[in-house]
Amino acid sequence: MSKVYIIGAGIHPFGRTDERSGRDQGVFAARQALEDANLEWQDIQFASGGSIAAGNADVMINDLGLTSVPFINVFNGCATGGSALSTAQNAIASGHCDLAMAVGFDKHPRGAFNANPSSFGLPDWYGQTGMMLTTQFFALKLQRYMQLHGISREALGRVAEKAFRNGERADHAWRRTPMDIDTILDSPMINHPLSKFMFCAPAEGGVALILASEKKVRELGSNAVGIASVAIRSRPPGSFEVYAPSTDIVDGGKPTTLASKAAFEMAGIGPEDIDIAQLQDTESGAEIMHMAENGFCKDGEQEQWLAEGRTEIDGALPINTDGGCIACGEPIGATGLRQVYENVTQLRGRAGSRQVNGNLKTAYSHVYGAPGLSGVAILEV
Amino acid sequence: MTKHLQPIAEGLWSDDEQPHLLGGQAPDGKIYFPIPEGDSGKNLDIIKLSRQGTLWSFTRQDFRPKSPYDGPEEFTPFLLGYVELPGQIIVESHIVETTLEELKIGMAMEFVITPFDDTRSTYAFRPEQQ
Repeated sequence: MSKVYIIGAGIHPFGRTDERSGRDQGVFAARQALEDANLEWQDIQFASGGSIAAGNADVMINDLGLTSVPFINVFNGCATGGSALSTAQNAIASGHCDLAMAVGFDKHPRGAFNANPSSFGLPDWYGQTGMMLTTQFFALKLQRYMQLHGISREALGRVAEKAFRNGERADHAWRRTPMDIDTILDSPMINHPLSKFMFCAPAEGGVALILASEKKVRELGSNAVGIASVAIRSRPPGSFEVYAPSTDIVDGGKPTTLASKAAFEMAGIGPEDIDIAQLQDTESGAEIMHMAENGFCKDGEQEQWLAEGRTEIDGALPINTDGGCIACGEPIGATGLRQVYENVTQLRGRAGSRQVNGNLKTAYSHVYGAPGLSGVAILEV
Repeated sequence: MTKHLQPIAEGLWSDDEQPHLLGGQAPDGKIYFPIPEGDSGKNLDIIKLSRQGTLWSFTRQDFRPKSPYDGPEEFTPFLLGYVELPGQIIVESHIVETTLEELKIGMAMEFVITPFDDTRSTYAFRPEQQ
């Protein structure tokens, strides 16, 4: 497989944009990414993309231009962005084309997600009795994790506090007002131990990336970031996952651990080689648990890491440098690509007041979602 | 007190004096809950799951969920969690007759049928009564 590069990145600000559909936010991001790469839509030879709640991505050709480009629609839950990236990467790596676009966008109604049980192969009573909520899953996983590994509720507050602090410095973030830890800890309880400001909220946004072959990068003289690996894994047996009326007594591992290991193996590096990371932070406990599941620390070490500020922008391993889902909100189809966008921006040294100092070489991103799947992408310069 | 109520779903628990949740057991011994619908449920033996277990995790639902939640319009926060049934499986369940403050991971729990609304019952676990 030949190496693939990202040469353009575009984003539509996350949050709420009432006057623009989800797909239009995707088109906005696509045009920005093309401009960034100094290309025209007519140059793109392959596209893949999707949304969960805002329609088919290929309809974007009505706005971008009817160039007969092959456009693969992706509908893959929280891994939609990662799968779009992986599909576009493979199209280039296989030699099928030299320039491709990956796009993800979404637009969700306000309030918690409400899934239809039958879409997930579950009986109606599971939804009727009020047990099919993503917020509950994260609280239940976290409650046990905190007791087993000695994580305090204060640590949850620290993660959210960092998210809002970083979000203030990110143009594309939604919640850009810093919040003190007591306000976070004392905000209305959603699912104990998680209160309102520890959660991300369903939102809107769009992200597009332009990918190129090595040959094309040389030809164009692009400001390119290399894709070291992309890995997507669904759940193994015995993993405790969202939307589970039951789980096995024997813990069988997690999709995040599998995706992370595969991505590191493909990239030929380990967690200690990563300079910055964007980790799925559906709520602050998820960021804490995902720090360990992705191999960056041992279970329980997060308490000290957070107390010492090791995951801050000026820390040893900055995590969620744009405020993550907590500050940006969660448009499911766009989140995975937002993380990659942020990593590209950081690696190119274009992150302005949130720029991580030092000579950044590697960046890691991780998404997780229903019904138990994870996507990891590692970038390098 | 729940006898006049209609179970929220058929075949979810047994119709005994002392009801049990019903699971499906594959020839290799693996237990499923709930019993899968369709082809994947066909080769399973229906078994009664244990009425006793230990609390695996818990939380409280503090806001009224959107549809498909079908509980009373006037919402009261409810407890829920996972209960480990020894040697069988860990099941998700409502938790009743206790408070958030009293719950501790590892505590002994027992199965109970509980009212869901004015006309229907559902299953739950409660702290084991001495």
